[in-house]
Amino acid sequence: MSGQAQPRAGAEPVEAEWPLYEIFVRGKRGLNHVHVGSLHAADDEMALRHARDVYTRRNEGVSIWAVRAALVAASSPDEKDPLFAPANDKIYRHPTFYAIPDDVPHM
Amino acid sequence: MSHVHDHDADHESVYAGLTGGDDSRWAFGTDFEDPLAGIDTTLPDGVDAAALSQYCLMLGDDALIYSHRLSQWASNAPDLEEDIALANVALDLLGQARLLLVRAAAADGDLVPALPEGSPVPDEDALAFFRDEAAFRNVRFVEPENGDFAVTMARLLVFSTFRLAVMQRLVGSHDTVLSAIAAKAVKELTYHRDYAGRWFLTLAQGTGESRRRLLAALTLVWPLYDELFRTHPVEALLAEQGVGVDPAAVADDVAVLLEQVFSVSGTDRPDVPAAGPVGTGMGRDGMHSEAMGPLLAEMQVVARAHPSGRW
Repeated sequence: MSGQAQPRAGAEPVEAEWPLYEIFVRGKRGLNHVHVGSLHAADDEMALRHARDVYTRRNEGVSIWAVRAALVAASSPDEKDPLFAPANDKIYRHPTFYAIPDDVPHM
Repeated sequence: MSHVHDHDADHESVYAGLTGGDDSRWAFGTDFEDPLAGIDTTLPDGVDAAALSQYCLMLGDDALIYSHRLSQWASNAPDLEEDIALANVALDLLGQARLLLVRAAAADGDLVPALPEGSPVPDEDALAFFRDEAAFRNVRFVEPENGDFAVTMARLLVFSTFRLAVMQRLVGSHDTVLSAIAAKAVKELTYHRDYAGRWFLTLAQGTGESRRRLLAALTLVWPLYDELFRTHPVEALLAEQGVGVDPAAVADDVAVLLEQVFSVSGTDRPDVPAAGPVGTGMGRDGMHSEAMGPLLAEMQVVARAHPSGRW
């Protein structure tokens, strides 16, 4: 568990560290699951238990998602400009040029 | 246990500043609930107040002493996640202990050790930090050193299975306060049992070394098992009055549940003799094991050095 594990003769090699999981918690009043951090766990079930212990001990949540960090497809910081810079001057893509009725919520 | 502001007001409701209202803080945790909100705290009719007080001490001291023991894992667990998990268990038990000691003091104020005039120390703290060893009513099962992780998991599995069985019955208590405390404890202990049970299985079926340690742990923990189910006269009296639970009544249920874990994990119930009494009695009589003195010394030293301290 502490990174000291050595492969034993005739056995499957023991991984030096438990895999990393990304943890998402849905707060009591939150509408969606929010990324709160990451932790190590041996398997999915343990990841949920650890997330409960680490990230919901102050009454923060009512639901947890745990995802293996290795399974998250992430954009690279190197691609920041080609991916995101083209959007930063297209103000007309916001629907701010329309009159919105007062009784339309969440806008 | 309270802050620098108005002590009495804080003591009335530690939840006041944390409950509800502020939507912007949802991510930090809000809507804490007072487990005794709306509960009638007057003593039920026809109940021996002194016996009720002793009974609350028994359940409260089990939780208090074990909480302190488990808290000694803080910063020492195999990894960060287990460190926090064990601290959570310890804090759950400390919360149960606090409510039970408050109830003990309310039922019989004579139990509360005298402190200097004007000391702001609340009754439950006086009971926790200013009683001597012989006044503690916990079973000896919760006293020993933690040992390694396997010993801790084996002991936690047995203790949480036992306490959960007691608390499930205590929900039906005629004392509305005990009933409310038990309802809260059931949810907490269900998680503790699940947590320890999973580790028990993992260690039993893990490597040769983890299994060896777990089997050694069971043998080490087991001599104090029988004492859990020994009925003290106070427990018998309160069980008769519908206020308490006779621990002997949960022995079969606990044995069946543990047998299931043993069976799935390929282990056996240890065959070792039960620990005998200390002199004339056991933990519930105030007779404790060698480990109790040093534990109390560590737990109580700061509070005793400042009997008028404000925390």
